[in-house]
Amino acid sequence: MTWERMQELMWPATWETLGMVGIAGLATLVIGLPLGLLLVLTDKGGLLQNVAVNRVLGVIVNVGRSIPFIILIVAVIPFTKLFTGTSLGWQAATVPLAIGAIPFFARLVETALREVDGGLIEALKAMGAGTGAIVRKTLLPESLPSLVSAVTTTLIALIGYSTMAGVVGGGGLGDLAVRYGYQRFETAFMWVIVAELVIIVTVLQLLGDLTARRLSRRGDYRSPLSLFRPRKAAKAAPRAEKTEAVEEDLVSSP
Amino acid sequence: MITTKDLTKVYRSRGRDVLALDSVDLHVQEGEVFGVVGTSGAGKSTLIRCVNLLERPTSGTVTVDGVELTALSGSEQRAGRELREARRRIGMVFQHFNLLSSRTVQQNVELPLEIIGLDRHDRRRKAAELLDLVGLADKAGSYPGQLSGGQKQRVGIARALAGDPKVLLSDEATSALDPETTRSILQLLRDLNQQLGLTVLLITHEMDVIKSVCDSAALMRGGKVVESGRLTDLLADGHSRIARDLFPLGDFGSGQADRTVLEITFQGDAPAQPFVSQLARTYQIDINILGAAVETIAGRLVGRMRVELPGSHTDNVVPIGYLRQQGLQVDVLDLSNGVAA
Ligand SMILES: Nc1ncnc2c1ncn2[C@@H]1O[C@H](COP(=O)(O)OP(=O)(O)OP(=O)(O)O)[C@@H](O)[C@H]1O
Ligand SMILES: [Mg+2]
Repeated sequence: MTWERMQELMWPATWETLGMVGIAGLATLVIGLPLGLLLVLTDKGGLLQNVAVNRVLGVIVNVGRSIPFIILIVAVIPFTKLFTGTSLGWQAATVPLAIGAIPFFARLVETALREVDGGLIEALKAMGAGTGAIVRKTLLPESLPSLVSAVTTTLIALIGYSTMAGVVGGGGLGDLAVRYGYQRFETAFMWVIVAELVIIVTVLQLLGDLTARRLSRRGDYRSPLSLFRPRKAAKAAPRAEKTEAVEEDLVSSP
Repeated sequence: MITTKDLTKVYRSRGRDVLALDSVDLHVQEGEVFGVVGTSGAGKSTLIRCVNLLERPTSGTVTVDGVELTALSGSEQRAGRELREARRRIGMVFQHFNLLSSRTVQQNVELPLEIIGLDRHDRRRKAAELLDLVGLADKAGSYPGQLSGGQKQRVGIARALAGDPKVLLSDEATSALDPETTRSILQLLRDLNQQLGLTVLLITHEMDVIKSVCDSAALMRGGKVVESGRLTDLLADGHSRIARDLFPLGDFGSGQADRTVLEITFQGDAPAQPFVSQLARTYQIDINILGAAVETIAGRLVGRMRVELPGSHTDNVVPIGYLRQQGLQVDVLDLSNGVAA
């Protein structure tokens, strides 16, 4: 297979993958974020404590997470038809993708929100803030770096799931790799596609990490990934010195 | 300003009931700094959290600035509108500061104002004013992660004052700070109390805090307030536990039947009189000084001295009467168990 032919096949498949992941990702964010928030708020001791609702949501999320994706794709075909008017093509694949990713993302959101110090919520309550203000002014902004990491992880998981979309004729890079590389023994082409997927995933991860790190630089939040970046630690040192100087100022002032 | 009546709080954890507050009656007057001391687990935090209803008392009432908060609607998790509005007039500072790391110092101070619904311009002005008041005007653009503990607590105090509260609650606000910084924060609280007429209810486990800033104090034990009052009154009371803890004179030796040990407490101008030498001269007795301390408490000079006189209690009735006549407070210590008889 020539390089030109490969490109001819890869471009549309790339767009299909990005289309599926983009749309499913957006739907996941829009539905998964409130779902994760509700999981936290309705829990025992939460701001909207409601044990019944919490149980139901928990069960839905757990069931959603335990169904294998390949089965999910087939199982939701009727539902897909209702939504997109078709049960074939990459558009059709967005529905099972979103359904598969929503519970996954909701759990990540839940974990991120639980990391927010209960003392902050207490402080907001003491200021006379209601539930809405506590969510908008503390829960979401304080967990933003973790939420960005959760989005990154979810998008990458979606790219992984999207390779199975071929089952409903969803196309995309995974489908291409299976059809040409595996079924027609175009091994070289398969590796080119795998390389492209690796590049896409790496770029996404880097962008996600960069954003999360920029957002958390101000606070004392440290991404676990920062352990692998010694350069960053060296940069942080001068700041520590500055803080000490400031303390001396405070002591000498009346 | 703050009154609790018959305040009781029972925690139910795993079928076991913990009585954290046992019919507490507290009365904090307007414009005073009131300190609550007590050992760990005595219920101090529970008490202060019941004052702004972060914790719903099991029974009893809380009244702050004439409003009976316990009568306002809301559950423990969700406060009703009226309670939320009442809370805006009660500032609170925390042991671990509880500042938002995603916001600058200025934005942290603006937070309560955003909740009140003040517009951007007024928020800026007010926050700048408050930061100036706590001496952090130059740190407005810094993030909490870049500040020292003392500076963080100053931000916490500025934030607590944003809603122009009449009452400030403080749960161990200085416990995470070194002694030097503790002193500067306490001085700030004292200044705010005097400049703004702010009523302060503070919790501490350090007697030094009570000594340096409080007008009144209460001692808690096992969920009960076992003693409370103005420091000057407590010091005049020979049986006061708080007064005794404020003035630790140490242990004294085991009792001898032919000796009388007195504890003499003087306030204000009393020490100006050389009463020890007067006593020795007038009654021709040898006085042995066992211990003494002089402190400034609630802005007044207060001293306590432990002396030993020869002879039993009955032999010393006259000299003791003489000392009392001089306006001194005299307690005769019972040597067998170390408490004032
Ligand atoms: N949420 C809770 N659930 C169950 N028991 C609690 C809870 N909070 C406090 N208690 C119990 O109530 C009692 C009083 O606790 P509190 O925190 O008021 O003590 P404290 O005087 O503030 O102690 P410390 O000096 O250690 O802060 C303790 O026995 C504690 O175990
Ligand atoms: Mg406590």
